[in-house]
Amino acid sequence: MSFFRLVGVVAVKDLRAELRTKEAINASFGFALVILILFSFAFERSIEGVQEISGGLLWIVFAFAGTLILNRSFARELPNDCLDALISAPIPGAALFLGKAIANFVLVLAVELVSLPVFGIFYSVDWTKQIWELLLVLLLGTWGLTVIGTIFSALTVNIRLREVMLPMLTYPIMVPALLGAMQLSSALVAGKPIGPDNVSWLKMLAGFDLIYTAASMVLVETVLVG
Amino acid sequence: MREKIVYAVGLIAVAIIAFDLYRMTQIGEEANQGAIFKIIFFHVPVAITAMICAAAALIASVLFLITKNFTFDALAVSVTEVGLAFLAANLVTGSIWGRVIWGVWWAWDARLTSALVCWLLYAGYLMLRHAIEEPTQRATFAAVFSIFAFIDVPIVIFSIKWWRTQHPQPVFWGGGSFPKEWLPIFLWNMLAMVMLGIVLTVVRLRQENAQRELDSLRRMAHAL
Repeated sequence: MSFFRLVGVVAVKDLRAELRTKEAINASFGFALVILILFSFAFERSIEGVQEISGGLLWIVFAFAGTLILNRSFARELPNDCLDALISAPIPGAALFLGKAIANFVLVLAVELVSLPVFGIFYSVDWTKQIWELLLVLLLGTWGLTVIGTIFSALTVNIRLREVMLPMLTYPIMVPALLGAMQLSSALVAGKPIGPDNVSWLKMLAGFDLIYTAASMVLVETVLVG
Repeated sequence: MREKIVYAVGLIAVAIIAFDLYRMTQIGEEANQGAIFKIIFFHVPVAITAMICAAAALIASVLFLITKNFTFDALAVSVTEVGLAFLAANLVTGSIWGRVIWGVWWAWDARLTSALVCWLLYAGYLMLRHAIEEPTQRATFAAVFSIFAFIDVPIVIFSIKWWRTQHPQPVFWGGGSFPKEWLPIFLWNMLAMVMLGIVLTVVRLRQENAQRELDSLRRMAHAL
């Protein structure tokens, strides 16, 4: 089978397993809802105030809720020694990683796309003014989160305190991606299109995605096999 | 014999710092900032030493992944710990300077923030090591994490720089002026800090090697 076919097989397998149980995605969306409610106690809810912090609020929700999905990505394979079977299967580690990353990407993005309208309703913000550019930022930012999350999910799968270690290790690495996504999202929710003053954030986000996708694909074999 | 050389180098480093402290009391104060400006003689050298440590950690980690030689793993963890200590010194001196000049201990200024994020990154490296029992797995995972962290450092620095810029422009490369007669003190301090870093790394490296030897003896005792 070709490389991309293998990637597709792994991604479809993960998505099917998740959609049959829905354990991670339900927990993740529920958590996103809880954080959205908690934030309403923390901040002034005037329309200008919310627009100003919208990027930060949204991406903290996405990063927290996404971690629940990413935590499960490799841990799901532990019962019945599925992970050993996956590692010994005749597929390159990079294909396994990319397949899992794509499945996680779809799941995290689904949680985000449901959370966005909920955010709009709770905080009475019209977030659709620059919807296509916002969608682009969402895609790039989420890919950054999932690439880092997936490789670290593989790294932490066998260690104790897995659930604690994953966010502790990933959030500092994600800082540039989160910062860029927050800056862009705040401006876009407020209705300002991406212009010369913030296009560099978009480039940085794309660069972050590229660099870490490449680094993860090179190093994943070392992580899985040792 | 090697032990004596290490401690001798350490003593020389401390002597240089003591002498530099004396010389710093002899020079005049900076026109705008007064005496607090002299913190730069420590603030910048510890930052540069921390950066050297991060680069050394990267090289040691890559070498471990290639050779699977545990000496490189021990070197990586030693140099990371020492670098973390120097970065902490950099953060603390920066914070003290900020309190006097800006009036606040912490200002979310670009360089302070990126230094803090880098500190957290490498603190994560040590936490990851503590969480893994099996030596080969620990060394491999830690090396991979070190590579990821090092790639992140320039991205963090640039992104946070775009986010906000409030830090005084660097006096050495950024248009500021540093009096010529102050330069020797600065360079001697730089040398002393690097020497101190090397000594601390070597001491820590020896501990790490002793620890590994102990672990293998313990395993042998259990096997008997």
